[in-house]
Amino acid sequence: MRGYIALRPSLLSGEVRCERLVGDALDAARRNRDLNAFLEVYEDAVERAARVDAKIAEGTAGPLAGMIVALKDNLLMRGRKCTCASRILEGFESLYDATAVARLLAADAIVIGRTNMDEFAMGSSGEHSAFGPVLNPRDRRRVPGGSSSGAAAAVAAGIVHAALGSDTGGSVRQPAAFTGIVGVKPGYGRISRYGLVAFASSLDQIGTLTTTVADAALLLDVISGPDPFDATTDPEPATRVTDDLERPLGAVRVGLPREFIEERLDESVHEALERAKDALRTIGTSIQVVSLPHLRYTIPVYTVVAMAEASSNLARYDGVRYGLRRTAATHTELYERTRNEGFGPEVKRRILVGTYVLSAGYVDAYYRKAQQVRALIAREFTDAFRTVDILLGPTTPSPAFFRGERLHDPLTMYLSDVFTASANLAGVPAMHLPVMDDLEGLPIGVQLFAPMRGEGLMFRVASALERTLRQSGR
Amino acid sequence: MNDSNGYEAVIGLEVHIQLTTRTKAFCGCSTRFGDAPNTNTCPVCLGYPGALPVANREMISMAIALGLATGCTIHHRSVFVRKHYFYPDLPKGYQISQYEDPICTDGTVDIELDDGTRKPVRIRRIHIEEDAGKSLHDIATETLIDLNRCGVPLLEIVTEPDLRTPAEAHAFLVLLRKIVTYLEICDGNMEEGSLRCDANVSVRPAGSREMRTKTEIKNLNSFRNVERALGYEIHRHAELLRQGESPESETLLWDAVRNLTVPLRGKEESPDYRYFPEPDLPPVVLDDAWIERVRAALPELPLARRDRFIANYGLSRYDADILTAEKPLADFFEHTVAGLKRRLPEDFKTACNWVTGDFTRMLRERKRPITDPPLSPAALAELLDMLIEGTISGKMAKQILEEAADTGVHPREIVGRSGAAQLTDEGFLSTLIDSVLRENEPSVRKYLGGRENVFGFFVGQVMKATQGRANPELVNRILREKLDERKKCHE
Repeated sequence: MRGYIALRPSLLSGEVRCERLVGDALDAARRNRDLNAFLEVYEDAVERAARVDAKIAEGTAGPLAGMIVALKDNLLMRGRKCTCASRILEGFESLYDATAVARLLAADAIVIGRTNMDEFAMGSSGEHSAFGPVLNPRDRRRVPGGSSSGAAAAVAAGIVHAALGSDTGGSVRQPAAFTGIVGVKPGYGRISRYGLVAFASSLDQIGTLTTTVADAALLLDVISGPDPFDATTDPEPATRVTDDLERPLGAVRVGLPREFIEERLDESVHEALERAKDALRTIGTSIQVVSLPHLRYTIPVYTVVAMAEASSNLARYDGVRYGLRRTAATHTELYERTRNEGFGPEVKRRILVGTYVLSAGYVDAYYRKAQQVRALIAREFTDAFRTVDILLGPTTPSPAFFRGERLHDPLTMYLSDVFTASANLAGVPAMHLPVMDDLEGLPIGVQLFAPMRGEGLMFRVASALERTLRQSGR
Repeated sequence: MNDSNGYEAVIGLEVHIQLTTRTKAFCGCSTRFGDAPNTNTCPVCLGYPGALPVANREMISMAIALGLATGCTIHHRSVFVRKHYFYPDLPKGYQISQYEDPICTDGTVDIELDDGTRKPVRIRRIHIEEDAGKSLHDIATETLIDLNRCGVPLLEIVTEPDLRTPAEAHAFLVLLRKIVTYLEICDGNMEEGSLRCDANVSVRPAGSREMRTKTEIKNLNSFRNVERALGYEIHRHAELLRQGESPESETLLWDAVRNLTVPLRGKEESPDYRYFPEPDLPPVVLDDAWIERVRAALPELPLARRDRFIANYGLSRYDADILTAEKPLADFFEHTVAGLKRRLPEDFKTACNWVTGDFTRMLRERKRPITDPPLSPAALAELLDMLIEGTISGKMAKQILEEAADTGVHPREIVGRSGAAQLTDEGFLSTLIDSVLRENEPSVRKYLGGRENVFGFFVGQVMKATQGRANPELVNRILREKLDERKKCHE
């Protein structure tokens, strides 16, 4: 499936009808069933497509009319099931639309299903799902990354134009990198988290997965902006990124953190970074090496903060009000049985670690210390953005790895987020952009970071980079 | 308790008050009490996935109001935290509360003891938190959960250990209840759980400054139970100390049926709440304008009002205490007094007697609250005016009060319509008295002969002829004049 914007003129002219697009998407989903990207496909999306076709004919269609979208299964859509790929939410049905989903629907996008993921967004390979692993459409032996694994696979396989995922430590950008598409994590507070099932509230942010930068911009503009139902949204209206996308860049200063280059990188990742630098120079930006010394603590800090918040956010799954319930003689036993059967091993591991780092006697050494270092990392980003406009870095240390390769080595698995999680700790916007394929045909790209509310410039740089790379025949 | 055996108690209180906000602390659900179970709920207070809390501004204003009323420092930045524990009526598995950075700290209130002396009690902190739901365990073998109360805003008020006797603890609670009802931030209803109290107590040799092992008593659901439980616990501690032992540091429950405390959990079993800042809520940031808006809207506080009642209306402390015990009663009194034509101290005393006496009784009999009386303060003032100017007698006033309460007709209209006004027409009364004297010539002679007690008989005859409506003072005066005149002639 080509990008949505490229298709839009033929959609608006009536040459291509939404009904056909949805039919094709449902067919593609069926053909790619082996990917295990979808947990549920909405066959009734065809009816909605007919309504959008009517609106297009009347000239009343919204800005995303006919965009075929998949939702990561931690985003709520009224009347639809939502499981977070966990047994514990067995049978759970959403009572309301997530704010981002409501905005998507109001703009006439068509949601065709909910996608598989690492359980409760905890994982970097798509293997931690209660409903089986997701395959990478670029190489079915390999993982698609995670936790927005099904969302990335669905976009990369051309089943949908776009997907909404969530990014707590890299869960949109890393699978985008492994599947060769564009993945955006906006700044914290730009998109309402209302209706996004929480993993780590201070890090979670809804993000977009698309094949082009322009589609991401269009989607982002629709779902951004303050929400009275989420007290952590930026109260200022979000500036649009679509309008200035093609505007000439002028003098942009790009910084490359020394700490990123010093990490162990695969040869091909290094090469992608060099190509991106070349392309950036071509479009007239200057590149300099900067230093954010505390970046080296990203993974330990992220692990402590994310797991602490996760242990708290997941306390509500107790079998009392919804989802799985294993009955027992006492309520304590009911919790134990329900949670023991409902949660998978990775979720349990994180709840245990999170509970530990918040416990009396340990909270100072772990949680508080982590928050202090987090504040330092955030300050270093702020400082860096005084000398440069954009930061550049790798997205992942390597291209997609083989399924099963890291499943029993959680520490190596956690290192998959080494370049991405700092943006969540600092709250700043970041995005992944594909650059090249390696010798084995695996996609590799780079990551751009911008200061808070700096999505506009980040998208302009990404768009120029995308154009230049395409011209050089990536 | 500075008892004769040389021991002294050190008491601190933790009081939870339920706020009367229209909606819950972090969602738009109603806070109404007594609705069908689980009807005032939504994804937020039910702890549904994806739902997020948003802090109620009215709740924050109420916390500021109580902080100002108790002399606290109001912090421009305070932080919500999550307090974790598992219980079926706590949907999220944590309670949103405040911990290290509460909204108010370091206040003082003056309690008044029975002998009239005042004693300052320091307030350590006031913080905002949300209530849990209710578990109903007694139905068959199942536990039923009602989450209507879940998410209703509470303020927790923690005192310093400044209280020394159960009576002081009682006085503090009475005062606090008065303050929160005056501020109209809590209805003060202990039976419905709007005001709950836990007490910390330790006992030491009198005069000592050391702090001994304390115990915490929970489940004190009435002021009387607070006093009784503290009395029991102080005695228990003192007995242990006397035997050279020391109480365990533990949490106890007050058993109001058996009148004793029962251990709930020891220090080692104390739960680890794993507090951390609530990431879903930004810190509460108050600007001066917000605090000043709340300050400007503060009502006069109970003690100040009582003192003003004594000074302005010449009332006794006893009367002023009764009138200011509840804000609506004090308001009603002041509105009544404002409507009076004559404004002498004796008139204020009359108004006080009526408001706290016949009027209150009338409300009780009709089961009407003072906030929704069948008779307005203006109407009561109208009635009292007629009483003060002598148009009606006290007895008639009581009847008119009843009638006005039942019919809603204004007191002056009732008097005018029924001709119930007192006969104060001197000419008419003079003629009537002349005829009474004429008809009772033998008695007149007895009177003139020195049997002065016959005077009362004549008054009775006049009252009988007027069905009791004649103004008694006037009748006395005219009768005295006429008989004195006859006496002169007789001589």
